[in-house]
Order: sequence, then structure tokens, then C-alpha cells
Amino acid sequence: MSAHESKYTPANPVLRWVEDRLPILGFAKSTLVDYPTPKNLNYWWTFGAILAFMLGVQIVTGIVLAMHYTPEASLAFDSVEAIKRDVVGGRIIQAVHSTGASMFFFAVYIHIFRGLYFGSYKAPREILWILGVIIFLLMMATAFFGYVLPWGQMSFWAAAVITNIFAAIPIIGDPILQLLRGGFAVDNPTLNRFFSLHYLLPFIIAAVVFLHIWALHVPGNNNPIGVEVKSERDTVPFHPYYTMKDFFAVVVFCIPFAWFAFFAPDILGHPDNYIQANPLVTPPHIVPEWYFLPFYAILRAIDFNFILDSKLLGVIAFGGSILILFFLPWLDTAKVRSGTFRPAFKWFYWLFAVNFLLLMWYGAQTPDMKVVGPFTVADVSKLSVAYYFLYFIVILPLLSRFEKPRPLPNSISEPVLGKPAQATT
Amino acid sequence: MATESNLAHDDTPNAGRRDFLYVATTAVGIVGVGAVVWPLINQMNPDASVLALSSTEFDLSGVEEGASVTIKWRGSPVFVRHRTQKEIDEARAVPMSDLKDPQTDEARVVAGHEQWLIMVALCTHLGCIPVGESGEYDGWFCPCHGSQYDTSGRIRKGPAPTNLIVPPYKFLSDTVVQIG
Repeated sequence: MSAHESKYTPANPVLRWVEDRLPILGFAKSTLVDYPTPKNLNYWWTFGAILAFMLGVQIVTGIVLAMHYTPEASLAFDSVEAIKRDVVGGRIIQAVHSTGASMFFFAVYIHIFRGLYFGSYKAPREILWILGVIIFLLMMATAFFGYVLPWGQMSFWAAAVITNIFAAIPIIGDPILQLLRGGFAVDNPTLNRFFSLHYLLPFIIAAVVFLHIWALHVPGNNNPIGVEVKSERDTVPFHPYYTMKDFFAVVVFCIPFAWFAFFAPDILGHPDNYIQANPLVTPPHIVPEWYFLPFYAILRAIDFNFILDSKLLGVIAFGGSILILFFLPWLDTAKVRSGTFRPAFKWFYWLFAVNFLLLMWYGAQTPDMKVVGPFTVADVSKLSVAYYFLYFIVILPLLSRFEKPRPLPNSISEPVLGKPAQATT
Repeated sequence: MATESNLAHDDTPNAGRRDFLYVATTAVGIVGVGAVVWPLINQMNPDASVLALSSTEFDLSGVEEGASVTIKWRGSPVFVRHRTQKEIDEARAVPMSDLKDPQTDEARVVAGHEQWLIMVALCTHLGCIPVGESGEYDGWFCPCHGSQYDTSGRIRKGPAPTNLIVPPYKFLSDTVVQIG
């Protein structure tokens, strides 16, 4: 986007007239067509486009669903059922929206873990990364608000538990809790404001995505070997090379998405959400949606007092597990970006990924379930929480100092074309 | 402020006055924006209809010994438990050193009405409703994150920081209680 000073003159006189007054065509051409992109991007790099596609899917299906939804505590549950049974095509539209949230999160996790492996957060892409973390936080808030709207048992108790997190803040906790809920308990005012915010946040996300792409286009893409683009020979124009690759990835991504939406819309949900919200009964086993499970396991693992009480401590760990991502560019100061050239980092990275999946699994289990011998989920999840934080706070800073990376190729083209001297002859 | 300006307004007449005007204008602007934003946030607080429901009366005569009922107060569930003598003795036998949030059973009930344990039925961890007569301490067990409470509703195990909250209440007669 920074480079759109390049003069673009459309052949068509009407378009030229527009371009002279609002250079939007030149802007689009330089960002979506001519944008020089490293020529070695693999399929892990297509998830950016997949995410943009998913944001579009969620906004379009969401606007349509809002035409039939009623944000009122006594009517909300029935209105969602009516969407599924009575509204023309509503069954599919609702299923695309609800399973779409899962697909969106699946894609964002791949996107984040790709960035973690290939060091995409390192200079000069820190702001790009930070904007990404902001988008992730906004996505979590949006998904949470959206999950409350069907006003089933899981919706209601998710709202109760998550808003209660704020009550852990000393002194001002309770006033904040009442402010968020609009009452002493989760009730109709809560549902109303959550609907309002659920409609608002996706547009905020779209705005931050715009900044995210802007921040991407200043330094250009990172790439699998993590060596910056040295010359034009290292790049290809975004169109048609990556528009086609991204399009193909989106199509492949839509296959499981369609399977979920058409054949198994409830497989990732919880049957208790087909019971209307009841403030007097907590379901016997509360679990959040799968994409929140790792963080839920972190919240739950802190069941001991340490200086602060366990509740506040759990909330700090829960919040800290995401907020720590903001500081990642300054925790991992290794000059080599790509994990491919970091022999020790690789092991810790994959352990981190497996540990994340373990936390996801722990989050779905009851805390007193035995995992190994006498040790319960509550016990072993503490180890996983410890590793999660050690990875960022201790392992990455130490690796940055002591790891000896493998030699890097001189450029993106070199490993493919051989030495630059040979390539030119 | 005066040193960084590229207008070199140190050299212009009345530079001190101009600085004062900048600061004063900004200050008034911030106060003005705050005055506009505050009502937009404050509107989220509980409205009059919610606040109007802040007390409730309940007739205890139908609750038999060993039984427990859940009533609604301010939109939240409240446990009214008619405890057995065994449960009361059990609660009073616990040494204070075993408790995470030390409080005697006597402090959690009204003298003369020890059999009635009245508590907000929300786990002090994250607000789920604990399940009665279960857990390792014969009290309450929270299914969400595994907190366990004893027969006095005191936290014994798990992530909850404090005992179940005893709401303000008074006995209007031997069988009628007013909560709130």
C-alpha cells in the first residue's frame, strides 16, 4: 500500500476520470495485482486469504440471520429454532454461521502457529503481529457474544462464567460485573447488549484486518526460509500466482466446511444448548466451544492460592496466556526467523504445539478425572500451563542467546537456482 | 511544549499565553468528551426495573428437615437449606485451620435458626450453581471447575476463593424470611 504512488493510467476514459479524482483503481492494482510476493510461499501462507474469506462468510450469513433473530430472553431461543425449521433455507444459513465460527478459529490457529514457526512476528513485522493478536482477541469476543445469542443452557452459563471472570478484579470487580451484565445476574439486558456487540465487532475486525494487511504490505511477506526478498528475482506478482493459489486453498478448505454445515452442524456443539436457558440450573458438565478449551484449561488449572487468591490468579494466567503474544517479538530475539534453520527451537516449538493440543483436551475433561496413575486432569494441566508460559518467558529468550542456527541461504532463489553466479550465465 | 514547535512560537508575541490556551482548550476538550462518554457507558448499569426486585420474602414452613429449595433473588438463585443436626455438628467440628476462607458456622447462620442455611447459590469461582449434598464434604460440589463446599457452604477444595455468600436476610417470623 505504501508503494501506490506508481502512476496507473486506465485506458478507459471514464475510469481515468475516476482515477484522477480517487486513485482507488491504482491502489487496488498495486495491492492485489502487482504486489511483489516471495515466490516460495507454501500452503501454510494461504490461511490469510482463507481467514479473509471466512470473515466475509460470517458477516454475510450473520446479517441475514439478524433479519430473523429476536434478542429478547423469552423469545431468543425459539427464534433460533424458527430459523432452523421455518425460515426458507434457514437451516443451512444458520449451520454455515455456527460451524463457520469453528472453521474460522481452525484457520486462525493454523495462521498463528505458522507465524510462530516461521518467526513472522520478528522485525520488521512486530506491528503486523500485534494487529494480528488484536484481531484474535476481537474474534474471541465476537465468538463468545455470538454463542450466547441462541440462549440455550450453554449460552447462558457461558455468559455467566465469562462475565464472572471480571469479578476477580479487586475492588472494582463487582461494579464492572454489574455494568457488563446490566443486572445482578445474566438476564435480558445482557442478551440485548451482547447482540448489539456481536453485530458491531465483525466490522471492527474488518477495520483491523485492513490495518493488518497494510502493515503486511510495508515490509512484504515473510516466507518459509525467513530470508528477506533481495531482488525482484525472488518475487512473483500477487496476481495471478497467489490469487490462484489462495483461491484453490479456499476451495479445498470449503470441503470440510461444507461437510460440517450440511451433514453435521451440531457435531462441535453441545446438546445442552438445545435446552432453553435456565438461571436456576447449571448443566452438569460445562465446557466452552473447542476453540476456547486451551485457555479454559489454563483458567481452571490455577486452583491454589499463591500470594493472590486462586480466582484472581487463574484469571491473570488466562489473560496472560493471550496477552503474552503481544510481547513475543521482544522475547524471541533470535536473528534467524524460520524454524527450519533453528535445530533446537524446532523441538521446543513442536512440544509447544502438542502441549497446546493437550491443554485443549484437558479443557474438555472434568478436573478430577484420572490421567496418569493417581494424577488428575487438575494436576497434569498445571504442567502444561507451566510449559506454555516457560516457552515464551524462558525458552525463547534463552534459545535466542545460545542456539546455533544452521547456515541460511543467501536468498530465496539460491536454493532453487543454485548460486546466483550460475543462474545469470 | 514551547520548545518542540516548528512554528518557533517562542519568538512570536504572547507565546506563554498561547501555550496556556492550548493546554486549557485540550483540558476542556477532554472533560467534554468524558462528559459525553460517561452516560454512554453508565447506561449499561442495572436499570430501575432490575433494581426494583432487590428483596424477596419466602415462607420456610414447607421445607422439611434435610431438604433444600432454590429461590430467586435479584435474578440469582438462592439456596435455602434445612440442615440436619448431623450436618450442623459436622460443620461446627471443622477446625478453622482446615479452611481456605476461615469463618465459623455460627457466623453464617442466625442464632436460634441454626438449621437454616441461606446462601447465594452461585459458586464464588465463576458463578455456576453448585450441586447440593455432594462432593467430599457432604455439602456442595460445583460441576464447572470442581470447587467443593462443606455443610456450612464454606470452600474446602478447588479454585473458588471464598465461601458461598450469605445474603443479607432477616426472619420476619419463625417461618418467614426476607432476603435482601
